[in-house]
Amino acid sequence: MTKSELIQQLAEENPHLYQRDIERIVSTIFNEIGAALAEGKRVELRGFGAFSVKERESRVGRNPRTGATVSVDAKRIPFFKTGKQLRERLNGAD
Amino acid sequence: MGDQTLTRADLSEAVYQEVGLSRNESAELVESVLEKVSRALVQGEPVKISSFGSFAVRQKGERIGRNPKTGEEVPILPRKVLVFRASHVLKNRINNGFQDAEEAS
Repeated sequence: MTKSELIQQLAEENPHLYQRDIERIVSTIFNEIGAALAEGKRVELRGFGAFSVKERESRVGRNPRTGATVSVDAKRIPFFKTGKQLRERLNGAD
Repeated sequence: MGDQTLTRADLSEAVYQEVGLSRNESAELVESVLEKVSRALVQGEPVKISSFGSFAVRQKGERIGRNPKTGEEVPILPRKVLVFRASHVLKNRINNGFQDAEEAS
C-alpha cells in the first residue's frame, strides 16, 4: 500500500470530505511524527507502535570495496518498535 | 512523557488545527489511518509512505533461545516481525538540527 492508495481508501470511506483535505490529513499525520522525531521526541501510538530516535557515536568505518578508512559522523537513527497488539495481530491473534 | 512524547491526541489535535474538522472526526481519521496501515501489514502487504518511510513484514524462522535468568534453552517459534525503514527525507530531517548542534559544540 502506498500513501496515495491509503488516501484513496480513506476517500472512498469518507465521501463527505474533499480528497484535498484527506491528502492534508494523511500528510499532517506523518509530518507531525517526523517533526517530533526531528526534535528528539518519542512518538507513542498504543496498539500500533512507538517511534524513537537513537544516537550513534562517530566512528571510523571502512569502505568495504576499497578498504579505505573513512570517518563516519555521529548521527541519529529513527527506530520503530512494533506495538504489542499489532505484533499479536501479525501473528494471527486478531 | 508530556512534552517529550507525541501521542494520538497530539496527532488528532494537529489534524484538527490543519483541516478544521471536528475534534471527534479528526481523532477518528487518525485512528482510521493507523488501522488501514495495520490491516495492510497484517495481510502481509508492505506499506510505503513517501518522504516518511516504509513498513514491511518479515518471516523469522524458529531458533533456540535461552532464558537469560535460568540459562534454560527454549525454542523461539517462527513468527512475523514488522520492520520500519525510514526514508532519506526523514533521516535527513532528523539529522539536520543534530549535526549543526554537534559542529557548534
